[in-house]
Amino acid sequence: MNAERTAPRPLLYASSLVALLLSVLPLPQWLAWIRPDFLLLVVVWFALMAPRAGGLLFAFLAGLALDAFRGVVLGQHALAFVVVAYLVHRFHLRMRMFTLFQQSLFVLALLWLYQFLLFWIDGVTGHPVTDWMRWLPVLTGAMLWPVLAGFMGRFLSRA
Amino acid sequence: MAVLREPGSRYAAPRAHTLGLRAIVLGLVAIGLMVVDHREQHLRVLREGLAAAAYPFQVLVHSPVAGWEWLTSNFATRDALLEQNARLKAEQQRSDLRLLRLEAIEQENLRLRRMLNAVPPAADRVMLARVLRVDLDPFRQRVIVDQGTRAGVSKAQPVIDATGVFGQVTNVGPYSAEVILLSDTAHAIPVQVSRNGLRTIAVGTGDPLRLSLPYLPRNADVKPGDELLSSGLGGIFPAGYPVARVTKVERDPSRPLAIVDAAPAAALDRANEVLLVWYSPPAALGAPKAAAAPSGTTPAQATAAIPPGASP
Repeated sequence: MNAERTAPRPLLYASSLVALLLSVLPLPQWLAWIRPDFLLLVVVWFALMAPRAGGLLFAFLAGLALDAFRGVVLGQHALAFVVVAYLVHRFHLRMRMFTLFQQSLFVLALLWLYQFLLFWIDGVTGHPVTDWMRWLPVLTGAMLWPVLAGFMGRFLSRA
Repeated sequence: MAVLREPGSRYAAPRAHTLGLRAIVLGLVAIGLMVVDHREQHLRVLREGLAAAAYPFQVLVHSPVAGWEWLTSNFATRDALLEQNARLKAEQQRSDLRLLRLEAIEQENLRLRRMLNAVPPAADRVMLARVLRVDLDPFRQRVIVDQGTRAGVSKAQPVIDATGVFGQVTNVGPYSAEVILLSDTAHAIPVQVSRNGLRTIAVGTGDPLRLSLPYLPRNADVKPGDELLSSGLGGIFPAGYPVARVTKVERDPSRPLAIVDAAPAAALDRANEVLLVWYSPPAALGAPKAAAAPSGTTPAQATAAIPPGASP
């Protein structure tokens, strides 16, 4: 009887807080370049596994928090987060049927879309970053996905 | 994989029928925020609140680094301290000598100014601020410092460190402020070559060790080793602070402008402590009206007032 499992709400708060702190943790330069978008991965995970608790509003607020932390134009990450969370919601039943590898590929596409939105907004607001290295977190994020999904899955409680 | 259900939900995708609508509404809210925020000033209160809320977390992230620094400074060996003490004493003596000379020059300067009937430069006030070890964005050159509106910090305030101009304040919260460094691609500072007074603009490149001077004509009198001082035009930075030293001058006959690079004087990538400067721009003095941009304008606007490659 493991048909029904729930994602506890404390997990939502704890994991998003840790992800937010990780996203501004001082790292050596080369690590900072490949730093995955931890907070977005957490948002994707909740949109996938607990679409009600980690809804679009959660994605929006998480994005806004990241905007405030990074000091960029307010709403930039919020918009990108909402778009990604919407896609995950839309396909969450299908995504759950994927193998971890397929999920990672899907996450790769989502992260790419996310970076593209940020890239585009950066350009519109007059701070274009054309460095190719800004796309590195897409790869590392997708590689991190199986680890994160496996780790967070352990906290799903049985109902 | 097992079917997941949440408490209270009858089916796996609750409220699925309004999903698209909610996404569009939230997306529009985000876009609205961006538009309002990008037009500056309108969201100052919200920004300050968010900065205040983020501050404890930034301190939390900074604390391990601060703890490590505290540890290493507490367990410094006696030899190291003695050596440092001797070095600082020597440095102090040198500085004292220079200061003596400087005081005489300052007196003379004041006398000359009085003879010219000019307004004496307003006294500068500075305050020390610590740089928090928080990574904002690897592609932007910005840092958070631990002083904010509670200490009187305001937007567009110049920031210097012990060796030169560091940057300016872009956002303030009650206890913290965000500083854009000289090397950020969105930053530009009006400078003057100390050797001959040639005025131009130094633009950030995204590399903390390199500034670019893109508006100098090919025949401009500038050479490697020239010191660049802040010119005080633009009304944001006080005049006369070291900004950078020219490292490379390339004159390509096929281009109308020279390619000039400079190395910032301030330790942009490793400063732990910076100084926030208060000064009143000497608007009555020589600076042309067009260049005296009101405080609060972005660097891009401030620099736009000065023709590129202006020479004396």
